[in-house]
Amino acid sequence: MTSFLSAAWGVAAKDIRVELASRTAITTAAAFGVLTLVVLNFARDPTVVSLATIAPGALWVTAAFAGIVALNRSFSMELEQGGLDALLLAPVGRGAIYLGKYLANLAFVVVVDLIVLPVFVLFFNVAPTPALVGILGLLVLAAAGYVAVGTVLAAMTVRTRFAELMLPVLLLVFMVPPMLVGVQATTRLLGGRPMGEIVGWFWFLILYDVVFITLGLMLFPATVDE
Amino acid sequence: MTRGGLWISGLAMAGIAGVYWLALLGTPTERWQGLSQKILYIHAPAAWAALLAFGLVGVASAAYLFLRDIRLDTFAEASAEVGLAFSAIMLTTGPLWGRPVWGSWWEWEPRLTLTLLLVLLFVGYRALRNALDFPEDRARYSAVVGVMALVLVPFVHLSVYLFRTIHPQPVLLKPSAPSMPWEMLRTLLTSIGAFTLLYIGFVTARYGIGRRRQQEAG
Repeated sequence: MTSFLSAAWGVAAKDIRVELASRTAITTAAAFGVLTLVVLNFARDPTVVSLATIAPGALWVTAAFAGIVALNRSFSMELEQGGLDALLLAPVGRGAIYLGKYLANLAFVVVVDLIVLPVFVLFFNVAPTPALVGILGLLVLAAAGYVAVGTVLAAMTVRTRFAELMLPVLLLVFMVPPMLVGVQATTRLLGGRPMGEIVGWFWFLILYDVVFITLGLMLFPATVDE
Repeated sequence: MTRGGLWISGLAMAGIAGVYWLALLGTPTERWQGLSQKILYIHAPAAWAALLAFGLVGVASAAYLFLRDIRLDTFAEASAEVGLAFSAIMLTTGPLWGRPVWGSWWEWEPRLTLTLLLVLLFVGYRALRNALDFPEDRARYSAVVGVMALVLVPFVHLSVYLFRTIHPQPVLLKPSAPSMPWEMLRTLLTSIGAFTLLYIGFVTARYGIGRRRQQEAG
């Protein structure tokens, strides 16, 4: 068990080191996220629709799109430099590779969310209340689920033609349940609703995470076997 | 295989012609919805066939990952394609009925949302298949997506139910007795039978085509 976890951590640490050396993916995904927030601000008639009305939706659409951009790089980087073959030759289990890639991807998406959230607070005039901690929790829980799906999908789509298009086409459908739940819970958190009304949404996300991380561990080997 | 499938499809088509006759002449008109209710006899069976098709893609995908038999992949490919054909019927007849009865072509209502997302997912499934050149990769990758699609369904179902529903409640598959006069039920059940047969015919024919393509490719 410890060797499994240390192998997974080794894979994750490698990805994080590569990213820290250039910081290209995170800065690009974060810039993309900020741009999406700006664009969504113009997707309304300001005299009819208030900022507060579209704020939860805008946050989640932005987080989803930025998440896809961050995921796209996960395996393309490996493929370009033949890293995936080396990784598969290494004496570590497929499950450990999956978990490592998953953790690194999740770290990227969470960092992008951490950059996007304050910009969202600024652009959408959101009051800096403790509710924001809850919203961050929702973003992390949602990411934990769709990154589990995205890591499996990205491992496959990277080997197809039009890889950058194929990932969102498949992944966005899987993002709908966590996004839908996220928007509903965010609306209630920003509206100052009591916690008892919101706690069920958190459980939904946790269930989604557990199921899809387990499924990812089971299915990932089929995506890299030759 | 292909020829047999076409014969079954022909038989099913004749059955559907019979359903039209039965629905228009042999079934009473519904009191509130009027003639537009007749769409049910095509819409619900087509939806049933589409969901059956997608469900079997998931089952065949899971079986493929265990058994690695290429015929399971060929079946999944056939079933996904036929499922999309039935979805097209479902998604055109639905709004045709919704406009007069709901007053709108489309509603973001749980069952519509669920089926639409499933259709989009299987459009992606087909796109993924088309973007892969090696049959082995194609079979494995699409099986992975097929299994994930099957697992996603309950989550979508659960999450979209958070919105109010205006879709007619189940009249057939529910704990109590079907809430429908016998003449209508008879027409609906006949149609479900005919559409199921059409599904079997289409899938058999499409499976035959898939197998022949593999043999020609060597």
